[in-house]
Amino acid sequence: MTNSHDYAIRASGLKKAFKGATVLDGVDLAVPEGTMLALLGPNGAGKTTTVRILSTLLPFDGGEATVGGYDVAREPGGVRHVLGLTGQYASVDEILTGRENLVMIGRLYHLGRARARDRADQLLHQFNLADAADRAVKTYSGGMRRRLDLAASLIAAPPIIFLDEPTTGLDPRSRQQMWDVIRDLLRGGTTILLTTQYLEEADQLADRVAVIDDGRIIADGTAAELKERVGTERVELTFASADDARAALHVVDRTDTAHLHDDATRLSLPVDAPDDVRHVLNALAAASVPVNGIGLSKPSLDDVFFTLTGTHAPHPPTPAEDGTPTGARPGTDTHPQTLSNSGAQAR
Amino acid sequence: MTTTTYAEPTRRHQRHPAPRPSLAWNIADAWVLIGRSLRHTVRNGDALFMGVFLPMMLLLLFVYVFGGALEAGIAQSDYVDYVVPGVILLTAGFSAATTAVSVTTDMTTGVMDRFRSLPITNWIVVLGHVVASLARNLFSTALVVGVALLIGFRPSASFLDWVAAVGVISLFILMMTWVSVMFGLIAKSADAASGFTFFILFLPYMSSAFVPVETMPAALRGFSEHQPITPIIETVRGLLMGTPIGDSAWQAVVWTVGILVIVIPVSARLFRRRTTS
Ligand SMILES: Nc1ncnc2c1ncn2[C@@H]1O[C@H](COP(=O)(O)OP(=O)(O)OP(=O)(O)O)[C@@H](O)[C@H]1O
Ligand SMILES: [Mg+2]
Repeated sequence: MTNSHDYAIRASGLKKAFKGATVLDGVDLAVPEGTMLALLGPNGAGKTTTVRILSTLLPFDGGEATVGGYDVAREPGGVRHVLGLTGQYASVDEILTGRENLVMIGRLYHLGRARARDRADQLLHQFNLADAADRAVKTYSGGMRRRLDLAASLIAAPPIIFLDEPTTGLDPRSRQQMWDVIRDLLRGGTTILLTTQYLEEADQLADRVAVIDDGRIIADGTAAELKERVGTERVELTFASADDARAALHVVDRTDTAHLHDDATRLSLPVDAPDDVRHVLNALAAASVPVNGIGLSKPSLDDVFFTLTGTHAPHPPTPAEDGTPTGARPGTDTHPQTLSNSGAQAR
Repeated sequence: MTTTTYAEPTRRHQRHPAPRPSLAWNIADAWVLIGRSLRHTVRNGDALFMGVFLPMMLLLLFVYVFGGALEAGIAQSDYVDYVVPGVILLTAGFSAATTAVSVTTDMTTGVMDRFRSLPITNWIVVLGHVVASLARNLFSTALVVGVALLIGFRPSASFLDWVAAVGVISLFILMMTWVSVMFGLIAKSADAASGFTFFILFLPYMSSAFVPVETMPAALRGFSEHQPITPIIETVRGLLMGTPIGDSAWQAVVWTVGILVIVIPVSARLFRRRTTS
């Protein structure tokens, strides 16, 4: 392990309990300067708690952490100076206009009035908020609020940024815009800690991924390493009965990575090439296990969890509220990608 | 967590020297946050109504509607001269009470997280509301006095009396504002905080603001004579109209300063508690 100063963000053994209920049980993180770490985890895993502790908003019970070289517990003022925070819920002044919010925050970062105004202008344009700049924030849509919130945390161009689920609840276009902004920040040398419930988001953006579950980091590595374990593409087979599904699981014989869904009639397993799909189907045909349906999907958080822990994610997010960017999530089948219109070789 | 892990090398490699919040920064921040609170006042229909229209309407109501009937019981030629100090304090009470709602709103929405993540001294956010409340109240007081003069209010005060009266009124506004800051920090929702406004609304009625306490039933009179608003009103009335002040002056100061001395530290503690979880 290199010296702590190489890391813009470093936490070791972070512990936190709320009224006796342990929420963080020894979280270790290390984010080298100028890189991005995605903290991937289901609802209630402790992502927001971790972010709030690291941004000095929440006292913690054990362990230690530094952000930008400042000790989180002893030098909160230093941390606040180098950190831009975009929390899970927009933290902007509803009564003021978008522009007034940004100028105010810029001035509280001590940019001076003129520079705060210039930065506000620039960010309002960059985030497509110029038209709404002089309207009260309470008239903004959810997506506009999120963008304003992100703009607010960028106003002083901080070297370190925390983004707590920045794309949850955004439509696909807004999500793409948000990703573009995040990529720009990375290119500019900003260190980013991002939390997400989506494996694909972590994969698209982050240098490294830490998977958090129940207050512990259960895996930490590059997105490629993680995907190597989980597979880049998964085939999902539907059967007429649970017996057929179990028989199929036996036939494909990949108990380490293949798993049955909760409803017990669907089987999900990783595939790397179109030929893989053929082999699986041939094997099932040879064993005369009838297949009712077939679909391809990107691995979901549930797949990651299954692969890492052998159990399903404790609280899978409901598709209605999260708008998953992976398109399909085993267990919901909202947009199954069929083999005919989206072959595996296309990716 | 031990002190030894907080090693020197970490410090040396900090690229940004630890900034210290200087007095100049705190003053600049206060200025920005006072501006924020004043903007809220101007944009917030409730606060404007409480601060400007309501006092006006009350003044006109008391003078023209109740005035005739009440004048009979008051040993003074003109009821308007009696009631203006009362309306001034009523105004201050109302408008200060809306501070509770502002504070609760800040504490219960994400905006406090934003302020807390900034390199500023957090309680300046509250200070912004307090100063804005003082400014808002002095403005509406001036408005009430202006209208009162138009409808026949004839104070006998000298310049120094005016200065003293403004001092007492400011102290009263500060007291009411800090009490409502405290309630705002206790309240869990903006609705609960606005309930406090309602409570404040009744205090001046049970004082010598609108009718002399001698005209009240014994039980109510006991309360009215010993609640803080009565000596404050008598002091302001004495300063503006030349009525005898007596013990009211020191009682007014003891009440307001005493309440401030209790309420400010309690608020500071409540603020710290609400901003560390
Ligand atoms: N102030 C609090 N008091 C009590 N429990 C809390 C508090 N804040 C968080 N928790 C609990 O801590 C656990 C972790 O919460 P946290 O908000 O960190 O999860 P998360 O990973 O951000 O989840 P999500 O994806 O839903 O945002 C949850 O079980 C939550 O109920
Ligand atoms: Mg969260």
